[in-house]
Amino acid sequence: MFPNCADPVSLDGLAWLACYLTTGKHLAFYASFGTVLLLLAITAPVALAFGFGGAMAARARFWPVKLLGRTYISIVRGVPDIAFFLFFVIALDQGVEWLRHQAVCPDWAQAIRQGSEFLVCPAAKTPSNNAPQWAHEVYGFAIAVFTFAIVFGAFAANVLFGAMMAVPKGQLETAAAYGMSRAQTFRRIIVPQMWIYALPGLSNLWMVLIKATPLLFLLGIEDVVYWARELGGTKTPNFTDYPHGDWRMWYFLALLIFYLILTRVSEVVLDRIMARLSIGQAVAQ
Amino acid sequence: MNRLILGTAFLALTAGAALAQDTVRLGTEGAYPPYNFLNDDGEVAGFERELGDELCTRAELTCEWVTNDWDSIIPNLQSGNYDAIIAGMSITEARREVVDFSENYTPPLPSAYAALSEDVDVEGGVVAAQTGTIQADHVTSTGATLLEFPNPEDTVAAVRNGEADAVMADKDFLTSYVENNDDLVFVGEDVALGEGIGMAFRQSDAELRETFTAAIQSMKEDGSLNELIAKWLPDTPEF
Repeated sequence: MFPNCADPVSLDGLAWLACYLTTGKHLAFYASFGTVLLLLAITAPVALAFGFGGAMAARARFWPVKLLGRTYISIVRGVPDIAFFLFFVIALDQGVEWLRHQAVCPDWAQAIRQGSEFLVCPAAKTPSNNAPQWAHEVYGFAIAVFTFAIVFGAFAANVLFGAMMAVPKGQLETAAAYGMSRAQTFRRIIVPQMWIYALPGLSNLWMVLIKATPLLFLLGIEDVVYWARELGGTKTPNFTDYPHGDWRMWYFLALLIFYLILTRVSEVVLDRIMARLSIGQAVAQ
Repeated sequence: MNRLILGTAFLALTAGAALAQDTVRLGTEGAYPPYNFLNDDGEVAGFERELGDELCTRAELTCEWVTNDWDSIIPNLQSGNYDAIIAGMSITEARREVVDFSENYTPPLPSAYAALSEDVDVEGGVVAAQTGTIQADHVTSTGATLLEFPNPEDTVAAVRNGEADAVMADKDFLTSYVENNDDLVFVGEDVALGEGIGMAFRQSDAELRETFTAAIQSMKEDGSLNELIAKWLPDTPEF
């Protein structure tokens, strides 16, 4: 990156470190922090939407919808996250390809499953084999985000379901007395008031979500853990301009600090939101 | 005659499939120098990078490099995440049951033990090896206790921190550690394991396998493969 980095062997101290920390590999490492933040930024609203949908379904009067909502919540809550991730990501990936295969290549003669191989026609490959590597990575990331959203959506659904129930009954009765319909009551009375009851549960969930982001590594995405392990490993002078011993401890320490900062900032922000939502509410401060 | 017609029909079918798929995705581990590793720019590099790029040029294919953890490298080939494995994978009978190999592009590799001192008992002590490697199989066949790790780096770390008495791996991998560190030394005799390294393909992908085997053969014939082996794998015999 810097002009004087051409010959790292001659450098020492800070100059060496500055060059070392700006190699292409390190830039990829820094970018992977962006991957984590992007995951959080997309997953949180999507999971909240899933949760809202789940909670509404679980409250529905029409019993098939209610059953669907309750089943979603209890199945996802009842399965270990890691098991769900490992299963669902593969199932989703193959499911998409299977569906596209049925649509694109109806005349395909060969079996899709041959022993342990999963073979769809080339046109049904998702993403296509000819797509650039970044498209494959974006696709993998999108599947991961979707899986995170489903898992955390189920927990959010339970929190929101409880929060909707916690809105004082007098409020609902008053709304009924004003002649509001069930839908109007939901929109005007329940939803605006439920957040104060939902927030402690949701903030918990947010913290758990932050701490669950290293699961990306399990899904084969090159996230902060992947790069920390790769960069920290012993590097011998045959294969790098910047040889060093086993530095994984320092890289993982950097991750630890990153996550501590992230959760600390979250706490501060969540406290502010809590204070704001408490205004005018009949809750203990 | 019938066989000829069938064979032609089969070729025509598979050739069509190959045409529709002009980019070949090569799966590698990216953590096993000198075979494959990530260089300072984060790109796949090493013996197999140079070999694979040359093979793709000769076979007139566009190739894309993909990294994948070692322990899921075969399942992800089977589910179609990439089309070939080129990751220092020695050809063995057990692996032949699940994947098809190209012709080997190295002779059988010498494996070696490395430890902190030369008087370690590698036949009776605790020996670290990477999960699912021929060295792990070999350690279980001796009297030693096998300690498995998911990546090569951890096997060497286990010896340094005293968890294992010795590590067993391909000699060319261990050489760079032994040469550049005062603490590690080679112990005992080298052991030749496996049938050499080959590229692994899905069993349904005979045509792609043949393409790469032909390219490997042409590199063997003009001596360019031996040059690559001499450059990257000093401990491996040439063809």
